Amino acid sequence: MSDFMMFSLVPLVVAVIIGMTCALLGNFLVLRRQSLIGDAISHVALPGIVVSFILTGMLASTAMMLGAGVSALVTVAMIELIRRLGRVETSAAMGVTFTSLFALGVLLLEWHDATGVHLDVEHALYGNLESLIWFEGTGLAALFDPTALAGLPRQLPRVALVGVLVVAFVAVFRRHLVLGSFDPDFAASVRARPALVDLLLVSLVAVAAIAAFEAVGSIIVIAMFICPAAAARLMTDRLATQIAWSQGFAVLASVLGYVLAGYGPGWFGFDASLSAAGTIATLSGLILLAACVAGPRRHPAAA
Amino acid sequence: MTQAPPISEEVAKSPLAIHGLTVSYAHHPVVHSVDFVTPPGSLTAIVGPNGAGKSTLLKAVLGITRRLTGEVRVFGEPVEAMSRHVAYVPQRSSVDWDFPATVIDVVTMGLFRDLHWWQLTRRHHRQRALESLSRVGMEAFADRQIGQLSGGQQQRVFLARALTQQAELTILDEPFAGVDAATEKAIVEVLKQLKREGRTLLCVHHDLATVRDYFDHVLLLNVRRIAAGPVDEVFTERNLQATYGGRLSAVQLARLLEPADVAHAGSGR
Repeated sequence: MSDFMMFSLVPLVVAVIIGMTCALLGNFLVLRRQSLIGDAISHVALPGIVVSFILTGMLASTAMMLGAGVSALVTVAMIELIRRLGRVETSAAMGVTFTSLFALGVLLLEWHDATGVHLDVEHALYGNLESLIWFEGTGLAALFDPTALAGLPRQLPRVALVGVLVVAFVAVFRRHLVLGSFDPDFAASVRARPALVDLLLVSLVAVAAIAAFEAVGSIIVIAMFICPAAAARLMTDRLATQIAWSQGFAVLASVLGYVLAGYGPGWFGFDASLSAAGTIATLSGLILLAACVAGPRRHPAAA
Repeated sequence: MTQAPPISEEVAKSPLAIHGLTVSYAHHPVVHSVDFVTPPGSLTAIVGPNGAGKSTLLKAVLGITRRLTGEVRVFGEPVEAMSRHVAYVPQRSSVDWDFPATVIDVVTMGLFRDLHWWQLTRRHHRQRALESLSRVGMEAFADRQIGQLSGGQQQRVFLARALTQQAELTILDEPFAGVDAATEKAIVEVLKQLKREGRTLLCVHHDLATVRDYFDHVLLLNVRRIAAGPVDEVFTERNLQATYGGRLSAVQLARLLEPADVAHAGSGR
């Protein structure tokens, strides 16, 4: 039990919160056919963090968040610029932007040799879920012990805060989000500010991606922005039901993925474990695959 | 900035008065210095060739597209403060009908301005949406997924959403595009009924042959205002040729115009 509390509780909770948060936002990205923006922003967090490290010389979380936030804004601006100047599709502009900025981040990282301070490409991709150890979590009593709770890895309160922020945003702006996704012109005509809400949505995607980045890496973030919501869309034609499905899928992938990564190889006699982030992302992909094959709404309704 | 001149009584009473409206895309005017005062209680068609800026004019009025210059007033007040009084039916093809929503969901969107974020959609809201649906003969489809509707049914749902807005002025962008004859008739009936209730309607319209039957006023537009006024006075050969750049054939015109108009316009040549 204390093993579980110490080594598994925090990673599990963090993975579930991040999964649910990203999947919630992912619903609106899928409806706007903007899923790739989550991918773009979580990749671009890397150069943002590297630049903030180069400028401040340390891995302070505020500076990192700020750097990643600025780079998210740069990304959105670059995508729009390339789309207009190059007269290409948004998805093409996104692809060009995030791959080149991520590559720039890798080069900056090598060139500046920040590798010594626990900032490397591998970490950026797979994150650090298994390292979220709660040393004070020695038993159930620790859950009610303020000093033990104070020892919780700081990633946990951070992602929890972001999760609350995202839920509040969706709750307050649910009609704006639906209207702006379905019919932006009508939304503008009733002064629902679709462009502003769109910007807020992308900003929150950036905040969620950045907060998750450090704890779980970008692979899981990308998967959670796209897979649960896309799979949920194939299950139903009702938005509320779709959101519920996406949350269920996110929890399923996170919990099952974490357990499988830790214990799965052991069941087959291997004395090893897999990357939790990688397993969770793979599972969410498998869920999407299953929904594609068997989801009841996988064909668009006939007109 | 100079002080805005005092507004005339005509403008103060008009549900939509446009003055000097210019919209441009990439330094190229799409709508150029258009003036138009919509008479209260009128059913007005906006007619012009493709690319004449008809939809753009509407979108600029509604604040969807930024206007370069010009004033838009609703009952004499700037439109920004009066958007509650304006309902809008966009082109049906402008949205993704595969969106996960039911018919009643879409019609309830017309209540957007009446609902604060903490309010849930209650039974009386649903009732209001159902009443709109029954006015367009679609109440039986309330819980249908919107992707399962035919084009004509989709258009009626859009009209029902605008009815739910209960606005003084309704702006429609090609409500008859791609709908069957029965739907067209049903929509016209609703529009005429709204007019009888004293509401004002402004409608981009493509079919020149039905302008006389459906509308009482017309705005002929080709980037600039060519002519505007009651259909009987304005819908003439000369004005139509000016609007369409002389591309209408004599046969086409003969079918559109009442014999008297043709004789009148002919004598003027």
